Amino acid sequence: MRPGLLIKWTFFSVLLGLSAVVAAQVTIRGQVKDNKNAPVAGASVSVKDSYDGTTTDSSGRYSFKSTEKGQQVLVISSIGYKTVEQTVKLEGTLVTFDAVLKQEISELTAVVLSAGTFEASDRKRAAAVLDPIDIVTTASANGDITGALKTLPGAQQVGESEGLYVRGGTAAETKTFIDGTLVNNFFFTSVPNIAQFGRFSPFIFKGTVFSTGGYSALYGQALSSALILESIDLPERSSANLGISVIGLNGGYQHLSKNKQSSFGISYGYVNLGPAFAVIKQRQDYSAVPVHHTADANFRIKTSKTGMLKYYGYFSHNKMAFTVKSIDSLGYFDRFGLSNTNHFHNLSWKEYLPKRWRIYTGVSYTNNKDEISSGIQNAAGQEVTLGNLEAKTFDLDLEGDYFNAKLVLEKKLKGLSAIRFGTEYNFSRDHSVYTAYNGDKYPGSLTEKINSGFAEADVYATNDLAIKGGLRLEHSMYLGKTNLAPRFSLAYKLSKGSQASVAYGIFYQNPERRYLPSPNDLTFMKATHYILQYQKVLNQQTLRAELFYKKYDKLVKTALTGFTEAAVNNKGYGDASGFELFWRDRKSIKTFDYWISYSYLDTKRDFLNFPAAVTPNFAAKHTASVVTKKFVEKWKMNLNASYNYSSGRPYYNIRYDGSDYKFTDRGTIPDYHNISFAINYLPFIGKKAPKSYAVYVLQVSNIFNIRQTYGYQYSYNGLRKEAIVPTSRMFVYIGAFISFGVDRSDEVINNSL
Amino acid sequence: MKKTILLALVALCMQPVFSQSEKFTGAMKKNIADIDSAVSHNEIARLTDIAANFERIGDAEKTQWLPYYYAAYCQITLAYIKNVVADNDMVADKVDQLLAKAEAIEKNNSEISLLKAMNTSLRMLVNPMQRWMEFGQKIQQYSQDAMNQDPANPRPYWFNGVSLKNTPEQFGGGCGTAKPQLDKALELFNSFKPVSELHPNWGKQICEKEAEGCK
Repeated sequence: MRPGLLIKWTFFSVLLGLSAVVAAQVTIRGQVKDNKNAPVAGASVSVKDSYDGTTTDSSGRYSFKSTEKGQQVLVISSIGYKTVEQTVKLEGTLVTFDAVLKQEISELTAVVLSAGTFEASDRKRAAAVLDPIDIVTTASANGDITGALKTLPGAQQVGESEGLYVRGGTAAETKTFIDGTLVNNFFFTSVPNIAQFGRFSPFIFKGTVFSTGGYSALYGQALSSALILESIDLPERSSANLGISVIGLNGGYQHLSKNKQSSFGISYGYVNLGPAFAVIKQRQDYSAVPVHHTADANFRIKTSKTGMLKYYGYFSHNKMAFTVKSIDSLGYFDRFGLSNTNHFHNLSWKEYLPKRWRIYTGVSYTNNKDEISSGIQNAAGQEVTLGNLEAKTFDLDLEGDYFNAKLVLEKKLKGLSAIRFGTEYNFSRDHSVYTAYNGDKYPGSLTEKINSGFAEADVYATNDLAIKGGLRLEHSMYLGKTNLAPRFSLAYKLSKGSQASVAYGIFYQNPERRYLPSPNDLTFMKATHYILQYQKVLNQQTLRAELFYKKYDKLVKTALTGFTEAAVNNKGYGDASGFELFWRDRKSIKTFDYWISYSYLDTKRDFLNFPAAVTPNFAAKHTASVVTKKFVEKWKMNLNASYNYSSGRPYYNIRYDGSDYKFTDRGTIPDYHNISFAINYLPFIGKKAPKSYAVYVLQVSNIFNIRQTYGYQYSYNGLRKEAIVPTSRMFVYIGAFISFGVDRSDEVINNSL
Repeated sequence: MKKTILLALVALCMQPVFSQSEKFTGAMKKNIADIDSAVSHNEIARLTDIAANFERIGDAEKTQWLPYYYAAYCQITLAYIKNVVADNDMVADKVDQLLAKAEAIEKNNSEISLLKAMNTSLRMLVNPMQRWMEFGQKIQQYSQDAMNQDPANPRPYWFNGVSLKNTPEQFGGGCGTAKPQLDKALELFNSFKPVSELHPNWGKQICEKEAEGCK
């Protein structure tokens, strides 16, 4: 061999050796665990920007070879975990690296602050125990939002008047909010012994949060409960709808702009209970059957990619007049007439700001007018005034203006953590003119301004622990007083799907307007909530158990002043405790969905004209509901049934003997049972791209005609008592609702061609 | 001699450039071939591994949409195999990320649109009764997009056919409505030529099986 050649060969072998070194591989291995020290299987481990990598085995171990050298970044990722990047020096033949992956804190996996909270929404998370559609498919709900909520634990089955009676609280202790701002006159004006419906259609809301206690510092002036409703954003398409039922007609149109950035809608409804009352005998004898005119209008504008401006305006006028046999004087009739006009306007705006800030703001305005007329008629239908019963003849004209404005600023911190603060202004002005039997007029007026400020922080330390702390400061101009209310809740994840939560809070509320003005100095009424909850959610099944204790202080006591009962001091008090269970199962039986709720309530209070602390007449010890929903594919029908039960509530006759209020009679009403059934027929199901969506509804409440008693009322002299019962036992509702989709699919196809 | 050394050095330096593309093609081919056997044996761990391989290739290449496409396809397939609907939202979030990366490189692609339809279908399965109103429309829209973007692509028809087959007859599903779609897909499969050997070419066999079940 020639030396030259030898050199060449040597050189080549050196080169080869070199390339062998270049190609020499480093083995990288280790183990990936989560922050609970459990192995993470299927996690991806790679050298950044290279092909080299692998996934972990079932014990979280991995091992792979890489040709990369020197300073490199190792990337470890897995679905549901935060990606870890670590700089490593790849040298030698073996590099070991163990990684700890932290769960990504996201709404999907994080623990939820759920104590005292029922959510009906499409939010993809565990706290949403109900779907928005549940509100309208609950048989006993009669299409009313609160009707559906009454099947949840915590709410009473009170049938003689409207509203949500929560955990020993009165209906006035529940406040309703739409898009953040307070709603006055959520229900139609009260009529003696006839529960009224809510004014708003459940279809305008996409989310409902029903808090039975311990709610956020963003809300105030409610001792017991907050009902927080969120209106829908843009509709999915333009549509016109038409409805006809045994109680009336309605029609509307929703328009979605071509670029899908804005929408508007109008609708009108007419309700006339005449035909229904002609068939279903009512206890009352109507000289003017209830007639309602309702109109609403809305617009929604996407103000940017993330901003949304929404307006909802509502107008309604309704009238009715009836007589019932007078309990006070045999052969005579009590006459009651009501005319109500209500406007409601709500404007809200939400937007993301730079640096993870967010703004929510809104204003609402209500004007409500009631003309109430009461009197006594003889058998011939003539107005009479009877001795001792002069007070039953009167006219009462009420007008209220209510304005509410709210501003909330939110700063998102790491993960789901956030701080929120803001301010709320609430204005109310009530005018009343009371015209006595002899024509004397007693005008009254009351103006109240409440200024509030609030701040709260959500801290998600991990996916397993969430804490919310808040403070609310309120100043009442009328009372001339200020309060500071702390709120706190905490949730801890026990295992996948199960969690424990606690909530604590102090809640203040002004004395009810109907007992004002007061001759004396008053202060805020106060409630303190303690809630302990366990919840387990597994694949379409939800179990909840909740324990609570609620303490009432400074409740208003009333006394007779002139014709009316007015607040005189804050010496009232009370408490409530109990436990509640909720179970929902959509899994065990195919296409069958049911929930069961049970509440045990032990409560006593001394308030208003109560002579002592007793269980109030709106509180039953045991309340239960079973709600079932079955979808029969073959018939394209939803068959919904529900059973509501409540044990007998106490009743009292409280009389003023000239110096004191005394119980002159008391007892317990019979247990309450109600079985309701509803069929929804949806013939459009199965049609591809149907042009119209029709829903036919048949609903029967109290299908077995069970006698229901809500309480007793007494004659003025206390000698006669009479059961307060529903206006009719059974009620049948039949309706057809058709939505004509202004179908856009052709447009979509044409545009994309 | 100097020339030789220089040439050798140049060759040594050039090598990564050549092999990069070969490496890409090789790695893609291997993993694409592996998908079929992993799916047919329901090998969850292996399919997870393949999904990670594709994502890695995509991250390293930066200009290739196919690795992200296949990573997304594997994740969707995994979710269907695992069938834990409660986790579907989490998987779908991941798939959305992958498809967004693919789409940033390749716009208006029929295959990507189809995966969007399949992914949305994953989300709907979490709670069909509640979600079909919102997601049903989106699924239809995406699969329509897929058909419009490439009328010769058999997979959107296959997807429509399978979706209809799994929909109860009372809802307008069943073999009656599914069969024409599956037949159309088969017809397209028979004449389908992928753009390259790395481009999507899956689904014929499963389509045949589905169509057989509808005789």
